[in-house]
Amino acid sequence: MTSVRQRLVPYWLLAPGLIWLIVFFVIPMYYMGELSLKTGSIDTGYQLTWAFSNYTDAISQYSTQFFRAFYYAGVATLLCLLIGYPLAYAIAFKAGRWKNLMLFAVVAPFFTTYLIRTIAWKTILDDSSPVVSFLKTIHLVPQDGRVLATSAAVIAGLTYNFLPFMVLPLFAALERVDIRLLEAGKDLYASATQTFLRITLPITMPGIVAGVLLTFIPASGDYVNATFLGGTNQAMIGNVIQSKYLVVRDYSEAAALSFTLMAIILVALIVYIKFAGTEALMGDEEEAE
Amino acid sequence: MRAWRWLRENAVMIVGILALLYMLTPIFIIAIFSFNDPTGRYNFEWVGFTTQYWQHPFEITELTSALEVSIRLAFFTAIGATILGTLIAIALVRYQFFGRRAANLLIVIPMATPEVVIGASLLSFFLTLNIFELGFQTLLIAHIMFSVSFVVIVVRSRLIGFDRRLEEAAQDLGANAFTTFRKVTLPLIAPGVVSAALLSFALSIDDFVISNFNSGAEVTFPLYIFGANQRGIPVQVNVIATMLFALTVIAMLFVIIQQRRAEKAGEIRPEEETHEATVPITV
Repeated sequence: MTSVRQRLVPYWLLAPGLIWLIVFFVIPMYYMGELSLKTGSIDTGYQLTWAFSNYTDAISQYSTQFFRAFYYAGVATLLCLLIGYPLAYAIAFKAGRWKNLMLFAVVAPFFTTYLIRTIAWKTILDDSSPVVSFLKTIHLVPQDGRVLATSAAVIAGLTYNFLPFMVLPLFAALERVDIRLLEAGKDLYASATQTFLRITLPITMPGIVAGVLLTFIPASGDYVNATFLGGTNQAMIGNVIQSKYLVVRDYSEAAALSFTLMAIILVALIVYIKFAGTEALMGDEEEAE
Repeated sequence: MRAWRWLRENAVMIVGILALLYMLTPIFIIAIFSFNDPTGRYNFEWVGFTTQYWQHPFEITELTSALEVSIRLAFFTAIGATILGTLIAIALVRYQFFGRRAANLLIVIPMATPEVVIGASLLSFFLTLNIFELGFQTLLIAHIMFSVSFVVIVVRSRLIGFDRRLEEAAQDLGANAFTTFRKVTLPLIAPGVVSAALLSFALSIDDFVISNFNSGAEVTFPLYIFGANQRGIPVQVNVIATMLFALTVIAMLFVIIQQRRAEKAGEIRPEEETHEATVPITV
């Protein structure tokens, strides 16, 4: 008798939140798509003219910034993986009673504002800072050179800002590794390298997949690091979108650019997931089964 | 030779500690430079020690009002996102229904979207519709939107592994659905709900990119910093950032201690893993 009412319960629970997401996430995407095909300006108003030229213009004009964004994000993601894996490994297997403290240190950067942390790097990499003079002494930086306003500074900032997003899923994956498997490998005369390559690495693959996504996606759209740590030659696609929307107010081309960014990321995401397997997408999902 | 072996055995830990230093250096820098006494407008070079700015952290009115806006915004975001997200999490874990895959997808995609795209699409929406005036309300709409997904994930992980027999027991004892929810379900998932609320508060107070697009004339704490960057960021920003950091650390320690206490008190609970009342989730 109550079965219909019962069946409606989940929909009542979902409705407020999902309607919010539909109205303020899905529909805005539609509006941005529509705006990207309009022509006009703020003074004259915008008319829908199916101006696909907005896309061709935007992409050909800003291909450098697109390329640079994916290049910086890619290098930063790789660095995050190279730094983050040993760190997550150390926390999961070597830290002992320091484990919680080390985990706490990983999330600690989240407790200060993103912008202030990025600006702190400006202090660290400033021309007169001890870090830069040290880099000059060991000849990593030429005597008259600087670190700020270079690609290296932007990539260092991106790596720094997104490192926790890499470490946390890696740690979650490493912590689930059954120590007995590693012991079995050793008992069967596998070397440390073999044990790592053939047991640990494959088991933690879902963590790597998740970490790469959580790092690469936000990094490729970022404009904060390039704004504060880069110079004019380090502008990423996020900088272009930001200035077109908020400074130049060339809305339709800006919309075309952000739609293209979203499309590239979605396509890359789908290819990546096909390649890497879907079960890794949502970290804790498998636990429910 | 011995040094080499020691180095090899501890290589992972050494890299790990170096990585942590890399992650913590900016925080130390922020704290140290809150005691700096810069000569010009820019606080990038160490000049001399002073506690002057710690004595008057709130003397810049624009900065203080930006901080107030941020705290108010984060407060309402936490309430809104926690309510919406908790309801979704309950539906996803407790019920098998048509459309759950689509619902799951709708929750994951915003998290996989670069912030600049979310900010840009919302601005396009607000500009075209022209019913919302850019300002506090559009900020609140945007912040609730991007926080909901995170709330769902946090509360859901708490709901999985929840002993439903406790609710059945309450109903057997004559409690109606609402009373059961209020007296049994809610207290049990409360730690998850509280962490979700704290997380959305933190996400909101820290957000710059999406706010940058949808703030209109409203200035939040991160937006103030962005604006002040060109003319030189006052030392008070470092003071307030250090204060916020200390407060968050204290709040987190408090939550951890509370949770430990609650776990100790609740250890009589029957075994949690053995029953299969939870529904498998697929994306």
